[in-house]
Amino acid sequence: MDNLSQALNAATRLIVTFDRDLAEIVFLSLRISLTAVGLAALIGLPIGAALAVLRFPGRRTLVVVLNALMGLPPVVVGLIVLLLLSRAGPLGVLGLLFSPAAMIIAQTLLTAPIVAALTRQIVEDLWTEYEEQLRSLGASPGRSIWTLLWDGRFSLVTAVLAGFGRAASEVGAVMLVGGNIDHVTRVMTTAIALETSKGNLALALGLGIILLSLSLVINGAVYLAGDAAKRAHG
Amino acid sequence: MKQSILPLSVENLVYHADRSNLVDDLNFKLETGPRTILLGPNGAGKSLTLRMCHGLLQPTSGAVSWRGRNASNDLLREQAMVFQRPVLLRRSVIGNITYALALRGINRTHRTRRAVEALDRTGLGAMAQRAARRLSAGEQQRLALARAWALTPQILFLDEPTANLDPAATRQVEDIISAMHLAGTKIVMTTHDIAQARRLADEVLFLHHGQLLERSTAEHFFNEPRSEEARAFLKGELLW
Repeated sequence: MDNLSQALNAATRLIVTFDRDLAEIVFLSLRISLTAVGLAALIGLPIGAALAVLRFPGRRTLVVVLNALMGLPPVVVGLIVLLLLSRAGPLGVLGLLFSPAAMIIAQTLLTAPIVAALTRQIVEDLWTEYEEQLRSLGASPGRSIWTLLWDGRFSLVTAVLAGFGRAASEVGAVMLVGGNIDHVTRVMTTAIALETSKGNLALALGLGIILLSLSLVINGAVYLAGDAAKRAHG
Repeated sequence: MKQSILPLSVENLVYHADRSNLVDDLNFKLETGPRTILLGPNGAGKSLTLRMCHGLLQPTSGAVSWRGRNASNDLLREQAMVFQRPVLLRRSVIGNITYALALRGINRTHRTRRAVEALDRTGLGAMAQRAARRLSAGEQQRLALARAWALTPQILFLDEPTANLDPAATRQVEDIISAMHLAGTKIVMTTHDIAQARRLADEVLFLHHGQLLERSTAEHFFNEPRSEEARAFLKGELLW
């Protein structure tokens, strides 16, 4: 109980004084997670929709694999990216390890399957309703995929938000490929892990509260925007 | 004048599912002109037949051909279909029509003009900017018809288009169908509603258990049906 009230105090103090180190961490976290989710959406939305519409041998297997990939452990993804980007690894020449770029890559790999798998489900449901009409109108598979993504946009926002939730909350991948370097790759989750290990429970909890609030604000804003759009378009 | 894709020929058409022939060896030919009604009780195979004619469903055996040609994208461009439950996109009313016109490769300026014309003809002109999914059931079906009309198909397939509508909306939909017929579109429609068939049919194909039991002009069919099943159906007896 004592820790909680101390945490609240620490959080309030950090926010009210607009601590510069804190602001840096918050903005880096947002930049990395939002970029990663943006990339994951660019990859995951078309792949998920294509998987829903196209019929080809091995499709069922692919759907099962994709659904399984939703549960990818962040540490494992971090490890794989670490091996790829390490000096001796195949992409070592890029020199990206322990940089925000490496963290974006790891989080993109982590969230793209989530966006793709949820998109596949949403678009497949829509396709059962639309298929005959779109075929009757002469829509090609490619055109159908685009149409379904557009018509499913309100539901698909949830798929992207699920990806964002995953990116913003994971610590294992960014810790491994970012290294939690102060002023370079320190983000909210790695900072929380660090402060906790140092015994700074109040500060760690304070950071946690700020992370939660940010997530709430982003989800709330998206929900309100979606609700308004839905009311306008049915 | 475009070359006609009709007549539509159906030969030995079979659709097999669940160990029985839901459509059982149909043979008929549809010519330009008369409004053709596929009449019969639920489960007669009317909708399946319509879908196979339009190319949405692959027959188990048998063939559908247009002037001797097999189904193709070029032939599909001359056809349109309206379903029992209208499938409208989450766009504006006019957006639903311009979308369909875009798929046909119509350029942007022509798209809008043709869409506006189609909306005016179906009494939806004032609703152009409304969200299509917010329309009433009757308005949605009229929009589906407006979309089909904007495509200026040579043949329009309709699958029980008024089954979910009240009498007033049914009347409006039937008026649009008649107007399209007068404008030169071949109408092929399924219904289980005898009164509707009386109002709209020029010729009747009576289906029961997947078989074509009778084909005749509307006048003949309603006055002196040849098959026992058709007589029973017209008397309002329950067929199964």
